[in-house]
Amino acid sequence: MYQAIVLLPLLGAVVAGVIALAGARNRFPGEDPPSPPDDHHAGTHAEANMHGAPVAASQHGSCSAAHGPGAHDEDEEHEPSAAGSLLAELVTCTFLVISCVLSWIAFFDVGFAGHDAHIPLFTFITFGDLHSEWALRIDSLTAVMLVVVTTISSLVHIYSVGYMEEDPYKPRFFAYLSFFTFAMLMLVTADNLLQLFFGWEGVGLASYLLIGFWYHKPEANAAAIKAFIVNRVGDFGFSLGIFAVFYLTGAIDFDTIFAQAPGLVGKSFHFLSWNVDALTALCLLLFMGAMGKSAQFLLHTWLPDAMEGPTPVSALIHAATMVTAGVFMVARLSPLFALSADASAFVTFIGATTAIFAASVALVQNDIKRIIAYSTCSQLGYMFVAMGVGAYSVGMFHLFTHAFFKALLFLGSGSVILAMHHEQDIRRMGGLRHKIPFTFAVMVIGTLALTGFPLTAGFFSKDAIIEADVTAQGAAASYAFFMTTLAAALTSFYSWRLIFKTFYGEPHDRRHYEEAHESPKVMLIPLAVLAVGSIAAGWPFVQIFMGHGADVFFGTSLKLTEADTLFEEAETLPIAIKLAPTIMMLGGLLVAWQFYIRRPDIPEALARDQRPLYEFLLNKWYFDEIYDLLFVRPTLWLGRLLWKGGDGFVIDGFGPDGVSARVLDVTRNVIRLQTGYLYHYAFAMLIGVAAAITWFMFAGPHG
Amino acid sequence: MIIGLGHYLSVAATVFTLGVLGIFLNRKNVIVILMSIELILLSVNINLVAFSTFLGDIVGQVYALIVLTVAAAEAAIGLAILVAYFRNRGSIAVDDINLMKG
Repeated sequence: MYQAIVLLPLLGAVVAGVIALAGARNRFPGEDPPSPPDDHHAGTHAEANMHGAPVAASQHGSCSAAHGPGAHDEDEEHEPSAAGSLLAELVTCTFLVISCVLSWIAFFDVGFAGHDAHIPLFTFITFGDLHSEWALRIDSLTAVMLVVVTTISSLVHIYSVGYMEEDPYKPRFFAYLSFFTFAMLMLVTADNLLQLFFGWEGVGLASYLLIGFWYHKPEANAAAIKAFIVNRVGDFGFSLGIFAVFYLTGAIDFDTIFAQAPGLVGKSFHFLSWNVDALTALCLLLFMGAMGKSAQFLLHTWLPDAMEGPTPVSALIHAATMVTAGVFMVARLSPLFALSADASAFVTFIGATTAIFAASVALVQNDIKRIIAYSTCSQLGYMFVAMGVGAYSVGMFHLFTHAFFKALLFLGSGSVILAMHHEQDIRRMGGLRHKIPFTFAVMVIGTLALTGFPLTAGFFSKDAIIEADVTAQGAAASYAFFMTTLAAALTSFYSWRLIFKTFYGEPHDRRHYEEAHESPKVMLIPLAVLAVGSIAAGWPFVQIFMGHGADVFFGTSLKLTEADTLFEEAETLPIAIKLAPTIMMLGGLLVAWQFYIRRPDIPEALARDQRPLYEFLLNKWYFDEIYDLLFVRPTLWLGRLLWKGGDGFVIDGFGPDGVSARVLDVTRNVIRLQTGYLYHYAFAMLIGVAAAITWFMFAGPHG
Repeated sequence: MIIGLGHYLSVAATVFTLGVLGIFLNRKNVIVILMSIELILLSVNINLVAFSTFLGDIVGQVYALIVLTVAAAEAAIGLAILVAYFRNRGSIAVDDINLMKG
């Protein structure tokens, strides 16, 4: 059964991929594709869709895919869908739904009945001391992730049938989505670090492919490569961590590592004349991978740009699954992190900083998807805070609930974007609650869950994290408490700002407003399911994620020894602290109400008066500019130096070019001997004769 | 004073040098080259005859006659080439003979 869960998406991806390739061959048999008849629409679309630059329309052939989503006009023709789209959609969606059902069965089987499983598939590497088997490790932690991944993925697949309706390259899209799901499932069922890394890289690749799905747009290409490279930086740390694990323990599979971990406490290893504490260094290196994958502070720059991809991609990858891979990895390696207080404190610190940083930036963003992207970044910070203080199951709980409501928010915003004909700027929206009431309702539900309104799923998980911060010891935990509580207020503010600017007030773009319509049912049904999940994924699951049920449910899959004390103390906290997040949430809501419903002039005045602060937040704390200055420019300079200077001047100059130039020099001088004048030649002959006679005079008769 | 072998050889050497110099120091006239070649051959002849006289061997003089014949034939052909060249190029300045310039 577990093989089926993991391999069905792969099968779906392969089928859809074959359909895509076969269709591509038919569509582009080697000649230039015909230019579409709708070039004159490029202008109106470019200004309506802030991402569809007019330059994209000048690319070859597929114009409607070039200004990506903007293929929606009245009398505009666009490319027909690829052949076999329906089959690709059916196959991938069906396989994923089967996988999802099997995952829920597994969840109950493994979690409650305790039937952990370990299924070896084949031996991968046997090389000296390194023995790596490809095996599926199914324990409670895996079961939770299986449920999250397959549920969200199957809902996104079904939603994409509607969202990508007019896109001509559907088979490719569904192939990539299924491939991503397969890689993520490999990651969560990994039994050793190498397999986990395979899944890790696989989801990175899928992310690149999907962000750059509309590859005719230069911004999409840039965003895709940015995501991949920033991830790569994290992966570099992760690889070093894997090497360190192998160096210290001689194995890379989890059972062996966890067994040897307590023996590594206090050991240090010698590195370049420093003595570093082994476990701390190990955990920090591994966490660097998580920082990249989960877009934590300092390696977060790719996440907002990743919104260039289609909205279902953002929902699947950048809300619910890929970015949670880092959280999962820390949870999976909890036996290691639990033994290193410094590394855990660092995790908490980074998580808290991310939470507040992302929330502050989201306050002033104007693109609906970017607000939700920063919200994701912030919530991931929450999860890492929980992981850092030792409450691993609470972090997983937040991962579980967050997947539902964040995917809901993304898919809902996709519905809004479609209704507004691919307009993503909330300043151009307004008053939509009458036009798309169902979307409005589910977005409100998602926002309630995100901000932690009592009784929604987010309430239980988020408050649990904040309470765990209070009860945990250490400076990092106190810092985290203040940051997460403050971030709760900011989260509430920007979430409700999004709702109010989109759905309330006067419509700013009359034409789009008139044409706004509700999305098709195939998109609304996943939204409904997620809305139910946002509410229902909280209370029923509290016992297994928090409190004493966690021990029973998770068993040995998470290291929960400290968490027990945390949960007990959490129940005795003063009521003020228990209510603090809710108060923050209400405060944010009231301020947002004031700013955007009652006195809409305040935000503009505030932005004008506090120009530097506004610009600072709007430009994401100038991180892109700083990184450009610190890393991009020096790298380009170095590259140019090595290319023009090193390769061009030195190597080419002393090698081929140099040798050929010297040959030409010699030749040019030799040519001067061939004057064509007879007397010069005769003179040369005379010189030669004189030299020969002299030689023989001195060399003697026997010379 | 007695005119010995050395004197004859010196004269021949002088004539030889004059002939050689006449080939490269001349830029104006191809006929001068032909004349210089004759001078060189003459100097060789003087050498041969001088040695024949002082060593009492008649072979030197015989060989001098052969050389003379060859010189005559070669002069004839040289002048024929010169005339043909002049007909094609219109000038016999040595400076202009540089079609083989590389």
